[in-house]
Amino acid sequence: MTNYLIRRFMGMVVVTFLVLTIAFVLVRLAPGDPAALMLGPDATPQDVMDLRASLGLDQPIFVQYLTFVANAAQGDLGRSLFFDNSVTSVLAARAEPTVFLSLFSLIFALVIATPIGIYAAYRRGSALDQSAVTTAMLAASVPSFLTGLIFQRYLATELGWFPASGYGGPDAGFLDRMWHLVLPSITLGIVNSALILRFTRASMLDILGENYVRTARAKGMSERRVVLRHALKNAGIPIITVVGLTFALLVAGAVVTERVFNLPGLGSLVVNAVLRRDYPVIQGTLIVVAILYVFINLLTDLLYLVIDKRVRY
Amino acid sequence: MNEDTILDVRGLNVRFRGNGRETAALRDVSFSIGRGRTLALVGESGSGKSVTSLALMGLLPPNGRIAAGTLAYRHRDGRVLELTELGEAERRRLRGVQMSMIFQEPMSSLNPLFTIGDQIGEMLFLHESMDAATRRKRTIEMLELVEIPGAARRMDSYPHELSGGMRQRVMIAMAMICKPSLLIADEPTTALDVTIQAQILDLMRQLQKDFGMSILFITHDMGVVAEMADDVAVMYAGGVVEQASVDALFNDTRHPYTKGLLASIPGPWRRRGDRLVPIPGSVPPLASLPPGCAFAPRCGYAEPRCREPVALTRKAPEHLAACILEGVEAP
Repeated sequence: MTNYLIRRFMGMVVVTFLVLTIAFVLVRLAPGDPAALMLGPDATPQDVMDLRASLGLDQPIFVQYLTFVANAAQGDLGRSLFFDNSVTSVLAARAEPTVFLSLFSLIFALVIATPIGIYAAYRRGSALDQSAVTTAMLAASVPSFLTGLIFQRYLATELGWFPASGYGGPDAGFLDRMWHLVLPSITLGIVNSALILRFTRASMLDILGENYVRTARAKGMSERRVVLRHALKNAGIPIITVVGLTFALLVAGAVVTERVFNLPGLGSLVVNAVLRRDYPVIQGTLIVVAILYVFINLLTDLLYLVIDKRVRY
Repeated sequence: MNEDTILDVRGLNVRFRGNGRETAALRDVSFSIGRGRTLALVGESGSGKSVTSLALMGLLPPNGRIAAGTLAYRHRDGRVLELTELGEAERRRLRGVQMSMIFQEPMSSLNPLFTIGDQIGEMLFLHESMDAATRRKRTIEMLELVEIPGAARRMDSYPHELSGGMRQRVMIAMAMICKPSLLIADEPTTALDVTIQAQILDLMRQLQKDFGMSILFITHDMGVVAEMADDVAVMYAGGVVEQASVDALFNDTRHPYTKGLLASIPGPWRRRGDRLVPIPGSVPPLASLPPGCAFAPRCGYAEPRCREPVALTRKAPEHLAACILEGVEAP
């Protein structure tokens, strides 16, 4: 077990290193000189030379790479070219909406999808099952920017139940900010709930046909206990796996959703950074998201251990 | 039903829906089990043995239903209950307490994610009110009774840490802990090695003596029948074709199918030097049974009257067979 954790940690280090390298190379591959870009068309060649020197861009590429990795290892991801601030502070300032948006949409997806998935599997072929599967397919096929726009139009603008966009202004309190996340979270959650519903249903269907479910019934317990205790725990592993995987979708979805709802999160930050060619920020976001993803994967693998004692690492 | 009968099945018909039509899986199955006795239900795959046991337990799959028949069960308190008239909640209260079941597949019949102590103790949690410490104590006692070495330690094992024989012992412990009056064992030893099989059969006989329960023992193995059963009911294509005491069945076989079954397998009931004789043909699909006797197309004694329906009739005291013949020569 300890060995396993050490191995996994080493793996994370390797992945992080690869991500750093890819991020470094990608930015260097992009056309144009960042220094010239920062200074604009009116800069003299001397200005550009000076800025290149101060950014370390005049160093051999190998030295630049080592400096970049060494700095990143100390949590220094460079300075934003657009904001007069370090990349880490820029990312930290924008993290809150994204973190809560991901969290809420995941909770929403789980709360909606798991019970319906379980019930649909239990009543396989019933009207509820069929409509759940159809609705899930529909929900997965409608792009989230469209769902978002529909919500904004009807639930926010016409009915006025929710704020239509933004994050409540600079003075908004925590609850006000979270209130602004309700519609975005549902928008983002719908897509994921479709996926989770189908997975829950499929794995419950498998499990309900197992011999030990028949044994549970033969023991004389209620159907509720058969399904929620004996079957659900076994369906847990595939469900956790898909929840871990949807995290990747959440990050991609956050970019679109934040854009639609005009939220100042990491998603809109990275979109703007791309438009402004703010390479350090793009690099930084890429690294943070990749590390987070690796970490969530580790967490799912550890959860397997807790649920199923047959799993040995 | 008489005082010494614990379960009396009369005219049980079970039908399964599928592909838009209903197929009869059991046709007028009748048998009864005496108190403290073992009835073996014998037949080939697809003859309806397992369906019978699931119908008794009230565990037929959603596409199956009891279309006709009565299942009279004598409750521990002396009342006679008609199982087909009970609601789901009442059936559930009988399961595990009055009638328990063990299954053929010890590998997959235990939940892989719960310890065996959990799974056996759950029976007490469901059916008897006692605190966790007492439950644990009773569970360990039960594990000792089914001869699992290091019972207290084994409590916290998961099924995958046990051998097939040990798992079947766990299943038996689980089925027996609430002291049921009827144990339904659906091929409990089929998936086990022959040596382990003998141990499990010994254990079941011992527990039967200690607990005084009746056993409905489902098997296709005539050797196991000879060893375990007091009475035997032979099933073919969803119906009982012969019921008798084990001695009468082996020594005074009345139905040609039973005769064919005994002639086709080696065993102590055979004379030395006899050759094995297979039954020609195969079991007809349930959806297209011939009219009259279902065995007639494969029967060496068949006559034109075999196309008329034939019921179980008494051929000797305590010996029933569904055949127009009075008997066939001993195999």
